[in-house]
Amino acid sequence: MSAPVDQAKNAEKFLADTVHEQRLDKLLWAMRMRRDAAARQVPEWEELRTLASEIKEHTLSNLSQYLLEFEAKAAANGVIVHWARDAHEHNQIVYNLLAEQGIDLLVKSKSMLTEECEMRPFLERRGIRVTETDLGERIQQLDNQPPGHIVGPAIHKTNKDVAVLFSKKYGSDPYNEDTAYLAGVMRENTRPDFLKAHAGMTGANFVVAETGAIVVATNEGNADLSANTPPLHICSVGIEKIIPTTESLAVFIRLLARSATGDTITQYTSMFRGPRKGAAMHVILVDNGRSARLGMKRFWHSLKCIRCAACMNTCPVYRRSGGLSYGSTYMGPIGIILMPTFEVHKYNELPFASTLNGSCSNVCPVKIDIHEQIYVWREVMEEHDQIQVVKKEAMRVADKVLSHPALYQIATTTLSAALEVLPHFAVYNRLNAWGKHRDVPEAARETFHEWYRNNRADANEGGKL
Amino acid sequence: MQVALMVPCYIDMFYPHVGVATLELLERLGVDVVYPEEQTCCGQPMANSGCYEEARATEEHCARVFGSFDCVVTPSGSCTHHIRNKFTAGVDSPEKKTLVRNTYDLVEFLHDVLKIREFPWATFEHKVALHTSCSAIRGLNMASMSERVHDAVFSKPKALLSGVPGIEFIEFERVDECCGFGGTFAATEEAVSARMGYDKLTFMQKASPDCIVSPDMSCLMHLQGCARRQKQDIPFYHLAEILNGVSL
Repeated sequence: MSAPVDQAKNAEKFLADTVHEQRLDKLLWAMRMRRDAAARQVPEWEELRTLASEIKEHTLSNLSQYLLEFEAKAAANGVIVHWARDAHEHNQIVYNLLAEQGIDLLVKSKSMLTEECEMRPFLERRGIRVTETDLGERIQQLDNQPPGHIVGPAIHKTNKDVAVLFSKKYGSDPYNEDTAYLAGVMRENTRPDFLKAHAGMTGANFVVAETGAIVVATNEGNADLSANTPPLHICSVGIEKIIPTTESLAVFIRLLARSATGDTITQYTSMFRGPRKGAAMHVILVDNGRSARLGMKRFWHSLKCIRCAACMNTCPVYRRSGGLSYGSTYMGPIGIILMPTFEVHKYNELPFASTLNGSCSNVCPVKIDIHEQIYVWREVMEEHDQIQVVKKEAMRVADKVLSHPALYQIATTTLSAALEVLPHFAVYNRLNAWGKHRDVPEAARETFHEWYRNNRADANEGGKL
Repeated sequence: MQVALMVPCYIDMFYPHVGVATLELLERLGVDVVYPEEQTCCGQPMANSGCYEEARATEEHCARVFGSFDCVVTPSGSCTHHIRNKFTAGVDSPEKKTLVRNTYDLVEFLHDVLKIREFPWATFEHKVALHTSCSAIRGLNMASMSERVHDAVFSKPKALLSGVPGIEFIEFERVDECCGFGGTFAATEEAVSARMGYDKLTFMQKASPDCIVSPDMSCLMHLQGCARRQKQDIPFYHLAEILNGVSL
């Protein structure tokens, strides 16, 4: 069992570096503003969100039927469909497909699912080289870091960081921070792999049951190269990505890029329906905990997520903590509600990395009640006995004091007692945490209770005490 | 109409003058106010920390104290939000039902129930940075939300404060971004919480307000703590103080 991720401590480290923190905050807030501007251009925006939410709820409620429909359609199109119960089965299927043909190089586009399955290390341990072809994802791969954001994996890095990294890995100019130059360095070094690799992998943003198509949206076109250049295309996709029809796809395409970056649409939105002539196409439908989540009465709505990251961009905590602080595949508000479904103990602190301000739920294009689920996860942590003992004990003391008016008044009217009890219920055992960057409020000379007794109690009780 | 005044625990201890201003304001408006002296807290600090079991006795006590009133008013959007939308730790009882139904934040009570728009006894010829809490905005729908780009823009706290002669509002960036208080979040994530507070103050200070005003004292407790640490002596007021005629 892994030790719980201390998001607060990781965030504190990230904050100590003001250059990166302020840059990330500004960049992502600008993304949020672009999202607002894009939504403003669509008068029926709120109706679209409702529609998208309803389509997802309908599909998830009839998931097995749509998955089977997809499987039949895809098979008829010449696609070979695989089912993977969990991460290991998924990785094994990919490995077998490659090993059967003696393939030792895989080019792939961005896929959060393969991160979730930890596929890259699995294949690398077995002698298969994997090249990420999304710029941000490749930067993270070269830096041996997981993605820090689900849409912009390296968004927390400055151009300077990338220039230094590329100079170490590729021997490029460490002082040239020009974006076009750096993109060029990446291109020169990864393009040859497209030609060398005998297998390409993509994820999928959507899977259409009606046609058997998989839909991939990118801005770099790297998914198209990964799928169309090598003779073998493997697509890994979570079972919750399925939608019924091409018509319903239109709803999501209108929402996705606008929510993610404020663009009307991504540069490339490609539908892959079958193998090219002389090539093979495999789709792996992955469960990895999704069926179990579908059975969670309080949390199944989280399966509606289309991975746009709007909730991260608007989240004031995420913007100031950085994505890596969550120590998880999915981060920010959506990560907080997804990760504990994988491992409760490891992610037991994540639900507390939120002020419950609710902005995330308002920007979510499929109307997941994210902040409400975060609140419920806090309660679930108690049910699972995952609340720190010291906090629970402090809250038990607070409950005792606050449910007994006599104790409460003793605690609040005598200063020494106040100092003893106050930390328990105001900030439990970490009054010093309040005082690290903030002045502590001064206890008033007279509480409101006392003032009332001295000035108004006659109104209630017919005489001063 | 008889109204029970609920004074949140942190206002009782740290900001009793806000309780006094609320009481005086309601009395000025001819409201018959009672203050049940057995009151303590709504239970939010525990429930918000995930300590649901530890919130039970306090919530049940709160329901016993206030559960027989036709109207309960509190100068806190955050406590109102907890009682109206999250009051689930205690046993279901008729008192609890009554309390949940009859609790109003002061702003809601003045704006929606009494429908007061003029506060002629008050004048406040100053530039105000108005901060409305997330519980009030997104929990109680007290003001329009920036994410909902097609909704009509409104703010009940601003509508009330606009009835005070002389008052002027300054505009600042990211007006409804969370200030970083977040209840026990302020302690458990102190570094992020403080940075959010500092950022909020920076955005406000760019527009040179004379003071910072909010219908939620808990946000102000946090922001004031941040400001004092940065040696900023800008004054902070609860909305009730301005409406009751405080002078700067």
